[in-house]
Amino acid sequence: MTHVLAAAEWGGEFDGVLDDINALFDFPKFIDLGVWFGQDIGINRTIIIAWLMTALVGVLFVIAFRKPKIVPGKLQAALEMVIDFNRQIALDIIGPKGLKFVPMLTTFFVAIFALNIAKITPIFMLPPTGRMAWPLMFAVIAWLIYVGVGIQNQGLGGYFAGIAFPPGVPKALYIILTPIEIVSSLILRPFTLAIRLFANMAAGHILVVITLVTPWIFLSSARGWPIGVFGVLLGPLVFAFELFIIALQAYIFTMLTAVYIDSSMEAH
Amino acid sequence: MTGSLNVIGYGLATLGPAIGLGMLIGKALESMARQPEAAGMVRTTMFIGIAVVEALALLGFVLAFAL
Repeated sequence: MTHVLAAAEWGGEFDGVLDDINALFDFPKFIDLGVWFGQDIGINRTIIIAWLMTALVGVLFVIAFRKPKIVPGKLQAALEMVIDFNRQIALDIIGPKGLKFVPMLTTFFVAIFALNIAKITPIFMLPPTGRMAWPLMFAVIAWLIYVGVGIQNQGLGGYFAGIAFPPGVPKALYIILTPIEIVSSLILRPFTLAIRLFANMAAGHILVVITLVTPWIFLSSARGWPIGVFGVLLGPLVFAFELFIIALQAYIFTMLTAVYIDSSMEAH
Repeated sequence: MTGSLNVIGYGLATLGPAIGLGMLIGKALESMARQPEAAGMVRTTMFIGIAVVEALALLGFVLAFAL
């Protein structure tokens, strides 16, 4: 029983709903696998949702592209649009050399979109990306790729020298500029990628929970029922807004990864 | 009166990004209206800018809960 459910039982004490915000993101373990390296790796609702969404995406893509046709069917056409969208991102931002990153960018886009959409999928109603582990892993992968591309294209010394000492700057400015550039390129970039996705999903989850809990609490209340009606009417709007946010975050993550790859393709 | 100072902190943290987003999107719309043929490029750059500006507001949101 989470605090949200408890709040409903108290009969409209709305103060109690968000007493413990962690209750919205904390779930009991279904299967206990013990503690490994200081981390509890039990199977909870988050990881099961992630598995189901992964399986769903995998099955959709296999069905669509198992026997690709020249005149695509509905599913193939839809998924080709997704791939073409990512191809356009790569072409716009990285240029013709970006075509080899299209599979990676598409994977990012589809994975993040699928994990985010669990936020407004009935029954699931929880974005796995609302737990920091998922955005952080995505960001670490993006970091490894753009640093790897930089080392591959400019050499180990060339890439890090290019970050630390951007050319065309007066020598004295390097005292200020070098620490800023190193921190922003190597630490802040993956950190903001992860925080952006995490914070949007966590905030969205809280918003959805409040929207759904409001009718539940207030419709049964003697004087507060107009608020409940208002909550019911507001629901579809909030869900539409969340759908927009979900797509936007997947797009922004993919695009920023492309921008970072582009910035390490050649010395600036 | 009871409550959390974090909420006020988050409110303050939104002011800067709000001004920034307003200026950024306004300018982007202006340039799209002046040069509709460059709209695609402007939109891409605008989203990159939004992502960077928005990071500040989101940091405020996360830290309101974290601290």
